[in-house]
Amino acid sequence: MSVLVYTESEQGTFKKVALEVASYAKAIANQLGTTVTAVTINVDDASALGNYGVDKVLNVSNAQLQSFNANGYAEAIKQAVEKEAAKVVVVSSSADSKYLAPLLAVGLNAGYASNVIEAPSSTSPFTVKRTAFTNKAFEMSQINTDIKIIGVSNNSFGLVENSGNASAEDFSPSISDSGVTVESVDKATDKVTIADADIVVSAGRGLKGPENWGMVEELADVLGAATACSKPVSDLGWRPHSEHVGQTGKPVASNLYIAIGISGAIQHLAGINASKVKVVINTDAEAPFFKAADYGVVGDAFEVVPQLIEKLKAFKAQQ
Amino acid sequence: MKILVCISHVPDTTSKINFSEGDTKFDTNGVQFVINPNDEFGLTRAMWFKEKQGAHVTVVNVGGAETEPTLRKALAIGADAAIRVNTVALDGFSVAKQLANVVKEGGYDLVIAGRESIDYNGGMVPGMIAGLTHANFINNCINLEIDGTSVKATREIDGGKETVSTVLPLVIGGQKGLVEESDLRIPNMRGIMMARQKPLTVAEPIDVSAETTSVKFEKPTPKGAIKLVSADNLDDLINLLHNEAKVI
Repeated sequence: MSVLVYTESEQGTFKKVALEVASYAKAIANQLGTTVTAVTINVDDASALGNYGVDKVLNVSNAQLQSFNANGYAEAIKQAVEKEAAKVVVVSSSADSKYLAPLLAVGLNAGYASNVIEAPSSTSPFTVKRTAFTNKAFEMSQINTDIKIIGVSNNSFGLVENSGNASAEDFSPSISDSGVTVESVDKATDKVTIADADIVVSAGRGLKGPENWGMVEELADVLGAATACSKPVSDLGWRPHSEHVGQTGKPVASNLYIAIGISGAIQHLAGINASKVKVVINTDAEAPFFKAADYGVVGDAFEVVPQLIEKLKAFKAQQ
Repeated sequence: MKILVCISHVPDTTSKINFSEGDTKFDTNGVQFVINPNDEFGLTRAMWFKEKQGAHVTVVNVGGAETEPTLRKALAIGADAAIRVNTVALDGFSVAKQLANVVKEGGYDLVIAGRESIDYNGGMVPGMIAGLTHANFINNCINLEIDGTSVKATREIDGGKETVSTVLPLVIGGQKGLVEESDLRIPNMRGIMMARQKPLTVAEPIDVSAETTSVKFEKPTPKGAIKLVSADNLDDLINLLHNEAKVI
């Protein structure tokens, strides 16, 4: 009865969250005195998982699963859970994992706790800490079912190295036809996504117009960060909706969140509060964001940001 | 086309979140409840299907009588009928089972639910309804077009979006993008008057158990005061981020 973890990949390569959920699965396996089995789908080389505590890898290669489909992926994971007689299943909080986890929960009749931020505080009863009320509170949630599914909040547990080797075997689940067909994918492949980013640089209406985003992108480039924006900016069409972060946009849980010219409406703060360190740059010292941030600069973004870019370049060159 | 829109009754974003009974219950004292924002985008899209394609729209909620004003608001916005499943919402899975039962009994072609509620943020109800009713499922749906039983939709993915096709019956996890914020409707007086005449059916729940239980809540520890850095001395900021916060 190992712990089973779904280690996600893209184009044959693990996503960063895959290694984080593997680390998390290892922590539970230690608590339960058992081993970790990972499921991979169309991954070229799964050997990295051994370094994050995985004992055994089930490699699925299946042309039907070439592009993500929630039903097919949930079917594959369900059959792996049954094969291993796993009692705990660990997934990430990526868009894809959040899509398939409820289907998997129905298939396994398993209780599912999403947005979990720590290893279980107890395994009997099985209790996990998760965020609730859009980051305004934490909930201790007890999972009552025989099989338990845990969705780990991105960037909450971190990577924990455990040197070791994972044994590998091929696994061929039977997959039924997907009811949903992907027609086309529109994704910038050269940019860090908000979900994966350690650092997010975000800007608001204080930037006055879309033509001024060059410095935001340059700051993000220097830091290896993703770019994001406030709701008014996406509503005005200055930036694409996919960059909108906040309660009705994308959630952010980065290590560092830099807010430029964003006042800090409660809906915005709710969406980004899970970020560990927040920096605000705003001309208005009364902006609510100054109450929510760790570090602040009261100043004109058009003066502060270019200077910050130059200083960061010098800093990076020294490193 | 018969559409069911799932409406979660949630505290308004600006509400202070407090807990009572030894931090085991959400304290509803002085809290203003609203239609869950992700559900409101879905409801507004359903209104488009009603007006342009003659769809019949029912709204549904699982909860006690205190949630009825939220359902009446949805009727005032334009839904044709409402159902309240008369039971306490135990957890996401049990709510999904109650809703799946409503879907099966009513024979709905399309079920629209928000991708997550802003209170418990479980993000599981739409997918579970789809799993329980064997319907197709699209999560994080930001565009939805239906012609007969054919569906074209757009799903938000990490770092972009994808276009998908499927057929009814379908469940979507909806969000902003289905309609824009500016398309959301405030009930007018005529809508509010008409809502009083529309049917609000109280349905008895099916017998389900909770797969997860909230045992305790905690509030985040108050954060320390902000450190302000002079705009003339940004080296300080870099130094703090590198040596103190250790994030660059």
